[in-house]
Amino acid sequence: MTTIAATGADLHAHDHHDADHKPGFFARWFMSTNHKDIGTLYLIFAIFAGVVGGAISGLMRMELAEPGIQYLQSWASMMAGKDASMDEAYHMWNVLITAHGLIMVFFMVMPAIIGGFGNWFVPLMIGAPDMAFPRMNNISFWLTVVAFIMLLGSSFVPGGTGLGAGTGWTVYAPLSTSGSVGPAVDMAIFSLHLAGAASILGAINFITTIFNMRAPGMTLHKMPLFVWSVLVTAFLLLLALPVLAAAITMLLVDRNFGGAFFDASAGGDPVLYQHLFWFFGHPEVYIMILPGFGIISQIVATFSRKPVFGYLGMAYAMVAIGVVGFVVWAHHMFTTGMSVDMKMYFTAATMVIAVPTGIKIFSWIATMWGGSVSFKTPMVWAMGFIFMFTVGGVTGVVLANGGLDDNLHDTYYVVAHFHYVLSLGAVFSLFAGFYYWFGKMSGRHLNEFLGHLHFWVFFIGVNVLFFPMHFLGNSGMPRRYPDYPEAFAYWNGVASTGYAIMAVGVLIFFINVFWSLAAGRRAEENYWGEGATTLEWTLSSPPPYHQFETLPVIK
Amino acid sequence: MAGAKNHDYHILPPSITPIMGSFSALTMFFGLVMWMHPEQFGYGSLVFGLGLIGVLYTFYAWWSDVVHEAHAGDHTPVVQLHLRYGMIMFIASEVMFFVGWFWAWFDFSLFPVPLELVKDPETHAFTVTNLIGQEGAAALMQWPPKGLEVLDAMKLPLLNTLILLCSGTTVTWAHHSLIHGDREGLKKGLWLTILLGLLFSAIQAYEYSVAPFPFGGLNYGTAFYMATGFHGFHVIVGTIFLIVCLVRSYKGHFTPQQHFGFEAAAWYWHFVDVVWLFLFISIYIWGGWGAPVHA
Repeated sequence: MTTIAATGADLHAHDHHDADHKPGFFARWFMSTNHKDIGTLYLIFAIFAGVVGGAISGLMRMELAEPGIQYLQSWASMMAGKDASMDEAYHMWNVLITAHGLIMVFFMVMPAIIGGFGNWFVPLMIGAPDMAFPRMNNISFWLTVVAFIMLLGSSFVPGGTGLGAGTGWTVYAPLSTSGSVGPAVDMAIFSLHLAGAASILGAINFITTIFNMRAPGMTLHKMPLFVWSVLVTAFLLLLALPVLAAAITMLLVDRNFGGAFFDASAGGDPVLYQHLFWFFGHPEVYIMILPGFGIISQIVATFSRKPVFGYLGMAYAMVAIGVVGFVVWAHHMFTTGMSVDMKMYFTAATMVIAVPTGIKIFSWIATMWGGSVSFKTPMVWAMGFIFMFTVGGVTGVVLANGGLDDNLHDTYYVVAHFHYVLSLGAVFSLFAGFYYWFGKMSGRHLNEFLGHLHFWVFFIGVNVLFFPMHFLGNSGMPRRYPDYPEAFAYWNGVASTGYAIMAVGVLIFFINVFWSLAAGRRAEENYWGEGATTLEWTLSSPPPYHQFETLPVIK
Repeated sequence: MAGAKNHDYHILPPSITPIMGSFSALTMFFGLVMWMHPEQFGYGSLVFGLGLIGVLYTFYAWWSDVVHEAHAGDHTPVVQLHLRYGMIMFIASEVMFFVGWFWAWFDFSLFPVPLELVKDPETHAFTVTNLIGQEGAAALMQWPPKGLEVLDAMKLPLLNTLILLCSGTTVTWAHHSLIHGDREGLKKGLWLTILLGLLFSAIQAYEYSVAPFPFGGLNYGTAFYMATGFHGFHVIVGTIFLIVCLVRSYKGHFTPQQHFGFEAAAWYWHFVDVVWLFLFISIYIWGGWGAPVHA
């Protein structure tokens, strides 16, 4: 199975090989139909994209460390290859915030948590040999790669005032239509089309796999919570992303073909774009966090050496979050001039989501309660997640109030809120999952000391970085500006220091990974012991190239 | 664990089509960006064309593989079930795509803005002004915008509705013939369905050519043409899908027991039919209610 030019018929002869026979390098990594290899590709891709997106936020914290414009003009000049004007420098800022948001959402969190861990562990946990559509699985990955190329390419072409797409990740009209002349925004839009198609195909694959390929005896109500979380997430992807596709296609039509969807002078409605975007965008935030919930549930149960508390409640809480998540979108739009009645509805509906979320938080705590908890690296990350996500959840309940949001909308309070649930929520769950499963995926143990050190440095770093943003937002500092009055200088300086601490934490992470790959202790089948009860722990580390050639039976 | 495969799932060999399709799609979309921005790039249409060829070839190569695998016996009952789930969910995502276009239509029609339309009697071009907040605005808050002539829903759109409904019955005729082993009936039913689909597209194209409102510069036109246009595109895709099924039925690919390729095409066809019914009701009939009709 090493030739590239082999046709389907040739390759067929190799179908019934033994379980650990791997194809040659090119076929294995560029033509893959193996869920574990594709998962690995997704993880490597997400780490790369995370470094790019994280470096961009480093530029932003550099610029924001002090009042006044420090670096933007020289960066814009570097990009343009000529002296950039102040307007071009400000456009550069918009490009940075846009790229940071899009990269972290579409090219870091989603590929890592769904493409990476979902691909690796959904089939393993349900006792399946692979995904339902192994070839489609691979086009999901490569479409994500080309989408990333498209997005990065957009920074080198004109996007209005300067180079690159400076619309914010939300791509609001009319800034994204009449406000951004040039190919950059079109490229960013097509990047989202490609990434969206990749995710829709991935969602179809996961739903089909989970419904049809569970091992004999594994009913839906016996399924590990991580699998439940991916199932709910896949439904959100399947139903939310096409609406985004329609919305950004409308942008294209308005930009290039004289359309009037968002052009008020021709009867169009810019707020329509916001409705369509957030009808996708709100489920999207649950898409990023739900698989994290699943990972945390596995880890908390493993290291408490107890089954998770209230299993069915945990599963259906995620279903409830997914369903209610579709009818709360306009809480992102409280200041668009909506009626008081609408504000009241969206406030109330949003607060309802705190109920299933609370069920999850309390059930994790109840799982630890009375368990014999061992504080291994994945567990400290999971506990960090529970703590930090709760902080982000509480500020979310604050922001859900339509009245309060009139003041807080588009301030750093919002920035603090969504970074607590994503950078400290979703990202903590990613690290937790990485420390939990790395040995299973690579066959090597990560270093416990470095893992703990990474946790503490990162934990302190991100809190120093993001907690002051609550103060800045409460005192009225708007988001998406590269400059601010003297009064905001202190906490901005603190936040930028926090970034530096966090960056050291990331460095420790990379040292740990490379050290482990080179010299880490070999991982045995079930290196977490009796608390780890899901099916992936019955397999070798790493598992054979094709596992479960005889399906396991669940009692 | 090592040993022979002891389950009914389909473990696939490596395939070049996914990465080929992805980079073709990148080429196609980047070519489209180039094409839309001649002030920046030359040869956009060429790059777009190359990418499109790559994408179409990927479709062909990929689904050829699927057909070959089906003949090789890889499509066990559980794998056929996977394909069913996959198609149902693909159609579900398409439904949500159309939700977006209907959303735009209902936004404009349920919350009309005061548009003043001045039609040039020579060129039939509109000058559109939004009079919101100005004198006389209240009298203009209506849908369709005052002064706009709409298509008569009871003429060609009604005919097209009947054509699509009829094609839904002919595809069912083909399906039942297939199930009962009547190959001639299958071919006849498919031929009729395809011809009805082509007739629909032709009538739709004719109607676009005589429609009394433009695509750009007015919310009505943009929302109308994009919603009905994406439906028309889906009709063309569905027609091609049915043509593939017709070719395959001449080759004797389908059996009364196993013919998911045909069923997927039929499901897709019913889906475009249902979308049309919603378009017909909410855009042509309800959305044009009370407006003067284009003669």
